[in-house]
Amino acid sequence: MLDSALKVFTMGRNLARLLEGLGITLQISLTAVGLSLLLGVPMGLLMASRKPVFPALLRLYLEFIRVMPILVLLFLFYYSLSKFWNINLSAMSVSILVFTLWGAGEMSDLVRGAVTSVSRHQWESGRALGLSEVEVSLFIIIPQAIRRLLPGVINLTTRMVKTTPFVFFINLPDLVKVGQQIVEVAGMRNPLASVWVYGFIFLIYFLICYPISLFSRYLERRWQN
Amino acid sequence: MDLTYILDKSPVFVAAAKLTLVLAFWGVILSAALGLMCAVTRFYRWPLVSQLAGAYIELARNTPLMVQLFFLYFGLPRVGLVLSGQTCAIVGLTFLGGAYMAEAFRGGLAAVGKDQVEAGLSIGLGRFQLLRYVVAPQALAVSLPAISATVIFLMKETSVFSIVAIPDLMYVAKDLLKEGRGAETNFLLCAAYLTIILPVSLIFARLEKRLRFAGFGS
Repeated sequence: MLDSALKVFTMGRNLARLLEGLGITLQISLTAVGLSLLLGVPMGLLMASRKPVFPALLRLYLEFIRVMPILVLLFLFYYSLSKFWNINLSAMSVSILVFTLWGAGEMSDLVRGAVTSVSRHQWESGRALGLSEVEVSLFIIIPQAIRRLLPGVINLTTRMVKTTPFVFFINLPDLVKVGQQIVEVAGMRNPLASVWVYGFIFLIYFLICYPISLFSRYLERRWQN
Repeated sequence: MDLTYILDKSPVFVAAAKLTLVLAFWGVILSAALGLMCAVTRFYRWPLVSQLAGAYIELARNTPLMVQLFFLYFGLPRVGLVLSGQTCAIVGLTFLGGAYMAEAFRGGLAAVGKDQVEAGLSIGLGRFQLLRYVVAPQALAVSLPAISATVIFLMKETSVFSIVAIPDLMYVAKDLLKEGRGAETNFLLCAAYLTIILPVSLIFARLEKRLRFAGFGS
């Protein structure tokens, strides 16, 4: 039993290839989280503002992103961009683009929620004490909002990591795709290859996401009030 | 865009959407049942089962559905357990969804105040009656946003079912793309998903609003 497991991972460069696949998985999710933060924060602040048009438009965007499966968006961008707009993006860029479009939407809602959850009294009290609008945001609202935001952002990160296997569909050699290729080759002689390889990938995802979830829960509990 | 082509191909998409909907329906129902069971075992803190449920929840919530499906569909037959594509899809979706549902219910149960439980016990309600008449109605209202998010999440996750050879919407779209009609195919794909997911999202939004009016939930 264990012998066959050992064989799968030591054959050729299998283990190294799996780790390269993991690298792609992490590269996509981490880049997308970074870009989502960059875009999502101003979007969220706009949504929380009481200006007319923007909040409604952003709300519509968020609803669309929430209803559309990410896989459909990936598919759409991968097969349409080059065809209709003559934009040639690599599968990698398309993945990062789509994950960012999704992440920015989700992030904006998290930011909106965090900012609006800080009660209006805080804002008014700050103003009454003679602080300027910028000072109130900087010293009173933002520090409180960040505490409420952080657990959500960390959660979104694990969701991104768990969604990366979708890039399989546009032929990016991520962890899952590499695993499938290995199983295809090794599976002929080693019938248990699929059990080991997919079990291994399952474990890797768990080992990445579980500590992050624990950390988010820890922060949530610590900053509850 | 060619309208006749779209009309011509729409029956294929309707059939695929129906299949997606049926699989999602069973996945959601079974997830809710499994999630409820897990949440109740944890609520009563039954020894052993409650720890098992906890471990399962962490395992399912921290791994992707695609990997779970690959394991079920390609791994298990090698150790003698052959499941059809559809069975894999429903089992996989339930495995994933059960954990999310359990967390959604747990959030609601945790939000019901201790005073409520104590008040219920002090007027002589049994453990089951307490859950049925005092805790559950209040918990459900608090859980609703999380439940609706989970239902929509699960419906979206069905989009990976083509990897276990199920002719769902993605499968059909991928197949049609070979005919070189990208715009029409993509339009049909988007329209199909909007048609099945948007109404669910709207219904839940309405439900949440009404419960808020009734003073339940937040």
